[in-house]
Amino acid sequence: MKPSADKRLGNYALLLALLAAVLASFSFLGIDLGALVSGDSLRQMGRYASSFFSPDFSPPHVRAIGHGALETLAMSAIGTLLAALLGLLLALPASGRFGWLALSGSRFLLNALRAIPELVWAALVVLAAGLGPNAGTLALALHTTGVLGRLFAEALENTPNEPAEAIRLSGGGHVAAFCYGTLPAVWPQLIAYSLYRWENNIRMASVLGFVGAGGLGQMLYVSLSLFQEAQAATVILAMLVLVLAVDAFSGWARQRWVSA
Amino acid sequence: MLNPVLRDPAALPRLALTLLAVLLLWPGLTLSELNLVVLFDERNATNMGRFLVDFWPLAHDREFLRLLARATLETLAIATAGMALALLIAIPGALLASRALSLSAVHRGGRPAWWAQALRWPVRSLLIVLRSVPEIVWALLFVRAVGLGPTAGVLAIAITYSGMLGKVYAEIFESVDPRPSRALLVAGSPRLAAFAYGVLPNAGAEMLSYTVYRWECAIRASVVMGFVGAGGLGQQIDLSMRMFAGGEVASMLLTFLLLVLLADQLSRLLRARLL
Repeated sequence: MKPSADKRLGNYALLLALLAAVLASFSFLGIDLGALVSGDSLRQMGRYASSFFSPDFSPPHVRAIGHGALETLAMSAIGTLLAALLGLLLALPASGRFGWLALSGSRFLLNALRAIPELVWAALVVLAAGLGPNAGTLALALHTTGVLGRLFAEALENTPNEPAEAIRLSGGGHVAAFCYGTLPAVWPQLIAYSLYRWENNIRMASVLGFVGAGGLGQMLYVSLSLFQEAQAATVILAMLVLVLAVDAFSGWARQRWVSA
Repeated sequence: MLNPVLRDPAALPRLALTLLAVLLLWPGLTLSELNLVVLFDERNATNMGRFLVDFWPLAHDREFLRLLARATLETLAIATAGMALALLIAIPGALLASRALSLSAVHRGGRPAWWAQALRWPVRSLLIVLRSVPEIVWALLFVRAVGLGPTAGVLAIAITYSGMLGKVYAEIFESVDPRPSRALLVAGSPRLAAFAYGVLPNAGAEMLSYTVYRWECAIRASVVMGFVGAGGLGQQIDLSMRMFAGGEVASMLLTFLLLVLLADQLSRLLRARLL
């Protein structure tokens, strides 16, 4: 199959446009790559980087990091749990169970929650609720509610409604029909989505602290602000270990339980 | 007699599981210091209320709009320049890390010799470290190293995304039909030629489509990185938030949403064309 001549011309034009965009970006930002890799600034960066190569492994600091890591895990777990509950609550109207007005209203709310990144939520919640892990938990919960609510709504829409209908026809109430007719079929999917978001949220929770929302991120931010590079290096190592451990565990768990 | 209407055979195990989950999560509640009451604390609530009331009307005076346009362009430029630098690291990295061009694998049914794999290991682990540290951490570090402003954002995107792109490119090279490149290698062509004529024609479209998708992610990331001082829209949002200028924050959040929507559409368009 040979691309036609004008398609090829279009592709070349596209490539040229991309190249122009890249060049324009560099010139707009005024980044002088030459100066950046010149001897002086490179030496300075090297000195700065080398101060990270002696991480601080003293017991009190390691204990503090352990606490920070636990805090990160707790923030992500509680945030995801809250989000799953709220998401399910919003997914019911968003899957069209209570009429079109509730449907479009809840969809709009979910989209708005989802569109704003966790870190922006965290900055807003820190203003509203003060510094600390509480703000991080709420920020994660807000963004994740948007994500999970939409996924849950899609899952609810896609489940067959015969079981629920059968319960309704034999005289069961709406609640019983949902709990015993719909929920058992979507339950595994809801759990899978929530666990997947939890995995994402662990990664996110470790950096939310940059805007003051607790966890490992706050420790890193504070120690970098105090020019304690050795302590900061340990925190970065801990983050790396946390991320790699979560990756490895989720990969293993997926292969173990989700393989089909 | 049992009441057939109210009996749920699975109630007990469910109750037990719920209790177990609550017990496990209980320490988490104290660790995360979850406290919804502070949101309704009188002083916090009035402060926040005033901030939120300011959201409307959106800030739209001429000077602010000029600032907004500049910040938006800066965000786009950070993402684009960062991606360009990331490609410079990712492509050589992917070539070094991929098994697709292994000479020792040609005669062994696609499995390279152990020493060849061992030589690839350092590159692979470098790519892992580059992408495993979140981009915002890199941004924070670069802000301290090169100062506030877009340069830190560009470098942070370049580093994280080179790790991601490098890994994915290497996997794409390995996933395409290996026979053309193997035939070239066996016939004695140099590896780069085998790559250019054996792998790239099959892998190119997928690589491009993934790169465009990553560019879209980079736009979102560059906004977020602004919160630690790496330039662009995020830095302006952070500044306006600290000044409790609700109208400005609202305008900028709206701009951010439009930008993401636009990038999404553009990337869909480009990918549809490339594939």
